[in-house]
Amino acid sequence: MTIQSSRTEDAGAPRTRATILLAAIRFVFLRVGVLPFFLVFSLIVFSLISNQFLSIQNLTNVARQSVYLVLVSLGQMLVLITGGFDLSVGTAIAMTSVVSAMAMVALAPVMPDMIWLAILLGAGAGLGAALLIGCLNGLGIAQFDVSPFIMTLGVQSVGAGIALFLTGGVPISGLPYDFGNFFGFGRVLGVPVPVMIALLAIIGIWLLMNRTKLGSHIYAVGGNVRAANLSGVNTKQVLFLAYVLCALLASLAGLLLTARVESGETNLGGTIALESIAACVIGGVSLRGGLGRVENVVLGAFFIVLLQNGMNIAQIGSYMQMVLLGSLLVLAVILDQFRYRMLVGDR
Amino acid sequence: MDNANTPLVEMTRISKEFPGVKALDGVDFKLERGEVHVLFGENGAGKSTLISILSGLYRPTSGSLRIDGEEVDLRSVHDAARHGIGTVFQEFSLIPTLRVFENVYLGRELKRGPLTDRRAMAEGARALFHDLGFEIDIRRRVSTLSRAEQQMVEIAKVFLGKARVLILDEPTASLTEKETRKLFAFIAKAKADGVGIIYISHRIQEFREIADNISVLRDGRLIGTVSARDTSEKTLVELMTGRAIDQIYPEIGRQPDGRTLMTLRGMHGAGFHGVDIDVRAGEVLGVAGLVGSGKSRIWRSVLGLQPIRSGTVTLKGRDVTHAATRHMLSGGVYYLPPDRKGEGLQLAATARENIKLNLLGRAEIVGRLGIVAPRRARALADKIGERVGIASAHMGRIVSKLSGGNQQKVLFGKGFGEERDIYIFDEPTVGVDMGTRAALYRLIKEIAEAGKAVVVISSDLPEVMNLAHRLLVFSKGRVSAELTGTEIAEENVLKYFFAETGIQP
Repeated sequence: MTIQSSRTEDAGAPRTRATILLAAIRFVFLRVGVLPFFLVFSLIVFSLISNQFLSIQNLTNVARQSVYLVLVSLGQMLVLITGGFDLSVGTAIAMTSVVSAMAMVALAPVMPDMIWLAILLGAGAGLGAALLIGCLNGLGIAQFDVSPFIMTLGVQSVGAGIALFLTGGVPISGLPYDFGNFFGFGRVLGVPVPVMIALLAIIGIWLLMNRTKLGSHIYAVGGNVRAANLSGVNTKQVLFLAYVLCALLASLAGLLLTARVESGETNLGGTIALESIAACVIGGVSLRGGLGRVENVVLGAFFIVLLQNGMNIAQIGSYMQMVLLGSLLVLAVILDQFRYRMLVGDR
Repeated sequence: MDNANTPLVEMTRISKEFPGVKALDGVDFKLERGEVHVLFGENGAGKSTLISILSGLYRPTSGSLRIDGEEVDLRSVHDAARHGIGTVFQEFSLIPTLRVFENVYLGRELKRGPLTDRRAMAEGARALFHDLGFEIDIRRRVSTLSRAEQQMVEIAKVFLGKARVLILDEPTASLTEKETRKLFAFIAKAKADGVGIIYISHRIQEFREIADNISVLRDGRLIGTVSARDTSEKTLVELMTGRAIDQIYPEIGRQPDGRTLMTLRGMHGAGFHGVDIDVRAGEVLGVAGLVGSGKSRIWRSVLGLQPIRSGTVTLKGRDVTHAATRHMLSGGVYYLPPDRKGEGLQLAATARENIKLNLLGRAEIVGRLGIVAPRRARALADKIGERVGIASAHMGRIVSKLSGGNQQKVLFGKGFGEERDIYIFDEPTVGVDMGTRAALYRLIKEIAEAGKAVVVISSDLPEVMNLAHRLLVFSKGRVSAELTGTEIAEENVLKYFFAETGIQP
C-alpha cells in the first residue's frame, strides 16, 4: 500500500510540472506565436556550432543587416493585418533604387553647389515611384476588388519590367558621394544612420497601430470587414492607405540599400517579398488578418536575418538556405492555423 | 419484421452543453415509421440543436440515440446519412456553380471505370425528380434557380441517399403557397412509404395539416409531446411561451407625439416593393414578417448595405438616400445586424476592443491628429460594458469565446459608443437564453424611454408583439398591416403574414 502510494506521488509531481510547462507553452504560443520557439531553437543550435555566433560584434552586425528587412516587414505587416499581402515590395525597392539613382545622377551635375538638394530630390523621386506602385495596388484591391494576390503579382511584374526597361539591366553608378557616405555608412550620435531610420520607423508604426484611429481601423478591416463597415469604418480608404504605406516603407528600405551599394540596381529586392511575409508570420501576424503586433514583427525580421547569418557561419550554401527559409514559412503558416483555431475556436 | 414495434428513432435523455449555455437538457424524442413529427418552440429553444445531433453535426454531451433499436454514435452528416437520416437545413449545401444533377450526386458520383458517368447521373436525377414530382430541368445551374427550386434540389439530394428519416428545417420559409402544396403532397407520399419525417416550423396553421404529433421545446427542455389532432392552437402557444409574459417583457413607456426622425417613401429594391415608413422618437416600432418578406432587407438598404432602386430616405430632414453606411452611422443611426459572427463582431478581438472600435468617432477619445487616448478609451469601454451587463472579467476575453448572450451584449454595447437617435435592432435576441433576453429587453426599454427611436425587426413573434408600440407586418415585400395597441394580437398578425397585397388605406 505504501509503496503504491509513493509511486503515484512520484508520477504525480513531474506530471504537474509537465502540465505547467505545457500551459506556459500554450500561453506563449497564443499570445506571441511561434517566434519564441524558433528563436530559442536557433540560438541554441547556432551557438553550439560556432562560438562567434553570440558575440557582440556578430549580433551588432545582424542588427545592422536586418534594418532593410525590418522596414519592409513593417509595411508587409500593415497589409497582412488587413487580410491581404503584398508581393510587389521587391519591385517597390527596385523602382526606388533605379529612379532615385537616375534622378541623382542627372541632377548632381546641374546643381554642384547644392548636392544635398539633388540628393533630396532624387530620394523624393524614388519615394514617388513607390507611391505610384502603392496607389496602383490600393486602387485595384480596395476599389476594384482584385484579389491582393493577383493585383500585387501583376504590379510586381509591371514594376520590374519598367525598372529593367529604364536601366537596360545595367546598374546606375556615379551617385553623389555624400548620399552613400551618409545614408549607407554614416552615423548619428554613434548610431548607424540606417539603424536610426529603422528605429524611427518602428516607433512611428507602433504609434500608428496602437495609438491612432487608422491603426484600429486596420485591425478592424482585417478582423471582419463587414463588421468594420457596420461600425462606420471607411473600409476602402483603410485598405488603400495600407498598401500605400507598405510601398512607402519598402521604398525607404530601397533608398537605404541604394546608398549602401552606391548604385541604382534592379535586383535589390529579389527575395524580400518572401522574407518579409515569413518575418511577419513567424512574428505572429495571422494570414487571416486582424492579428499582429509591431514589436513581434521586428523580432521576426531580426530572426530571419539572424538565421541567415547563422547559416552563413555554419557554412550552409545559399541554395540550401532558400530551401530552409521556404520550409520555415510553410511551417509557420501551419502553426498559425492552429493558433487561430485555438484563439477563435471552431464549431 | 420483428422490429416493427421499435421506434425508427429513439433519443433518450439527450443533453448538449456549449460553453456557457445548456442548449438541451435531458430531452426524450421518438419517431415512428410513417409519422410526421413537428418540433415546435421559440428561437433558441433547442430545436436546431436537437436535429443537429440527429443529423450528425453535433455530438450530445450525454444521452443515447437509437435507430431501429440499435444504439448509434453519429460523428458526421455522412455518418448519419449511412443510417438513413437525411436533413434539409435552412442554409443550403448546394454549390451554385454546378448543375442540378451534379449537385444531387456530389460526393457519391456514379462512375464508369475511373471516369464519372455524367449520362447515368443525369438519367438518375431525372428519374428521381420525376418520382418526387419536382419539375426542374436537371441541367440548369443551381445559381439560376429560385429559392424554392433550390430547396427541392436539397430534398432530392437527401432522397437519393435512400433516407428513412427526413428532417425538414423550416422548409416552407421561402416557398409560395403553390410550392408549399407540392411539398405537402410529397410529404404525404413519403409518409405512405414509411419514411419518418421531422418537421420544424413556426407556422401552426400550416403544419396542423400534415402533423401527427407535436413536441414542444422550451429553453432546451421537452415540455411535452401532444397529438396534433387534439391540441388547439392556443394550447400550443401557451406551451411554447410557458410563462407569465410580463416577467420577460418590460412595460415600455411611449412618448406621445414623438418627432418623426426618419421617413422612407416609395422604397423599391431587391425584396421590397413600394414601402413607406415613418420612424418616430420615443417609440418602439416592431417589424414582423416571414423570412424573405423583405422586413430586414428594407432596413439594410436604408443603411447602404444593399442598393435602393427607387424611393427616398430622409433622416432628420436631410435626404440620405444612397448614403454610404458610415455616413448613416455618423448621422445617428445604429444598426445591429442579425448575424453577429458574420457581420457584427471582430471575432479574434476582445470584448473591450470590439466596443472600443465604436468609440473612435468621439472627440474626447480621438484627438485632432487621429491619436487615440488609450486610458480614456478603455475606461469608457468598460463603463459601457457595465451598462450592458458584461462581467468585467469578460471584457478582456476573446469575443468568440463568450456565450451567445454575452456576444449580443457586446453588440448592444457597440451601439452606445456614440450618441445615436435611431436604433435598428435586426433580430436582437437570436440564439440568446431567456435570462439575457430579459436584460436586453430592459436595455431596449431604456433606449426608447430616453427618447430615441427604436426599430425591432424580429422573426420571434411574441418578442416583436410585446415590445412594439406600433407593429408593421411585412408580406411579399410590402407592408401588409400597421397595427397599434390592442390590434397587436397573434391571430391578427398571422393573418397579415400571408396577405397578397399591400396595406389597404
